[in-house]
Amino acid sequence: MTSIRVTETPLVTYVLRRADDALVLGHRLSEWCGKAPMMEEEMALANMGLDLIGQARALYTYAGEAEAAGHDEDALAYRRDERAYRNLLLVEQPNGDFAVTMVRQLLYAAYADPYWRAMMSSRDATLAAIAAKAEKETAYHLRHSAEWVVRLGDGTPESHERTARALMTLWPYTGELFETDAVDDAMIEAGIAVDPASLRDTWRATVADVLGRATLTMPADGYMQKGGRSGRHSEHLGHLLTELQYMQRTIPGATW
Amino acid sequence: MTAPHPDDLRETARRIAGAVPDPEIPVLTIADLGVLRDVRVGPSGIEIDITPTYCGCPAMSMIATEIEIALEKAGLGRPKVATVLSPAWTTDWMTDAGRDKLRAYGIAPPPKGAGRRALFGVDEVACPHCGSTDTTAIAEFGSTACKALWRCNACREPFDYFKCH
Ligand SMILES: [Zn+2]
Repeated sequence: MTSIRVTETPLVTYVLRRADDALVLGHRLSEWCGKAPMMEEEMALANMGLDLIGQARALYTYAGEAEAAGHDEDALAYRRDERAYRNLLLVEQPNGDFAVTMVRQLLYAAYADPYWRAMMSSRDATLAAIAAKAEKETAYHLRHSAEWVVRLGDGTPESHERTARALMTLWPYTGELFETDAVDDAMIEAGIAVDPASLRDTWRATVADVLGRATLTMPADGYMQKGGRSGRHSEHLGHLLTELQYMQRTIPGATW
Repeated sequence: MTAPHPDDLRETARRIAGAVPDPEIPVLTIADLGVLRDVRVGPSGIEIDITPTYCGCPAMSMIATEIEIALEKAGLGRPKVATVLSPAWTTDWMTDAGRDKLRAYGIAPPPKGAGRRALFGVDEVACPHCGSTDTTAIAEFGSTACKALWRCNACREPFDYFKCH
């Protein structure tokens, strides 16, 4: 089925970016279904994925309303090409082993938790309402991933080594969390968005606290990957979307 | 026959809609949970607002359908059911009757006064079976998004805990 073209105003782009973060990370977590390391984690990963996909649904619906071109949540999720996706590169990185999944969750949640809390005071009433729900959910995701990173980092030599490696692999994707462009500037100016620079200290303090308990060293900020917000993705997103969009692309409008 | 007074109609609709059980915890009604937010008599029929407990709560569309069926069955016509996000649902809205029902069902109810939890905080949860607070968390995420799995060290029974939100 043909792809849609979205007319992106700053608000539409801003909301789509958050929606894409939530959907892509939620989809990644859903990939663990049926193969998590233990039953409790099977439930936890599915529940966290469900929270994120729920957040994505509310955000897509709002992006569609803001665009006012008749695109609903399904059109925005299933009928945009890879280059139209605006998510962070961090969230599209493959699950890897359990350490990679938990470190990725920690790095994202340590950002999303203060982000949604701050967004509860957004001048945009819909975003403030979504933030009030997402904030509570994200607090659980942060806690859960933090506990696992501590357990793995401060665990066996094998789990320590794997978690340290996961951290080194994912660290270059954390710069993008704090990146801003003209869209962000316009939204910050309008009192709709929070300036990500104001979240950096909180993020670093949370991550440093967890890594300290996990006997892991915080990597130095070196070269940072970027491009996700403008649709330049790593090779992994295309594969993810192939699976995510397959049914609606093959049998348009399929319902059950 | 005279049409019922709008206030009476609204109260009847509220009672019927409020009695719809939660699909995942059927001992609780959506009124007990605080999911039913508003009932109005509009120009083209009854309008009902519900709010999701969690963003990804898969029960919401089922609850909306159950409300429609219940009102139609009662002869009140098909209501317009809308989902509202603001103000965000909190476990504080759960009624005392709802908390008692949960406990009797074997689920520890959420504490009142939902505050922010510490990153590595410890919750005190009383066992719904024996009341002991000597309990241990087994898993943060239980059989549904709103519950965690706990165990009582006094009576040794496992139990669900409805998480504070
Ligand atoms: Zn007990």
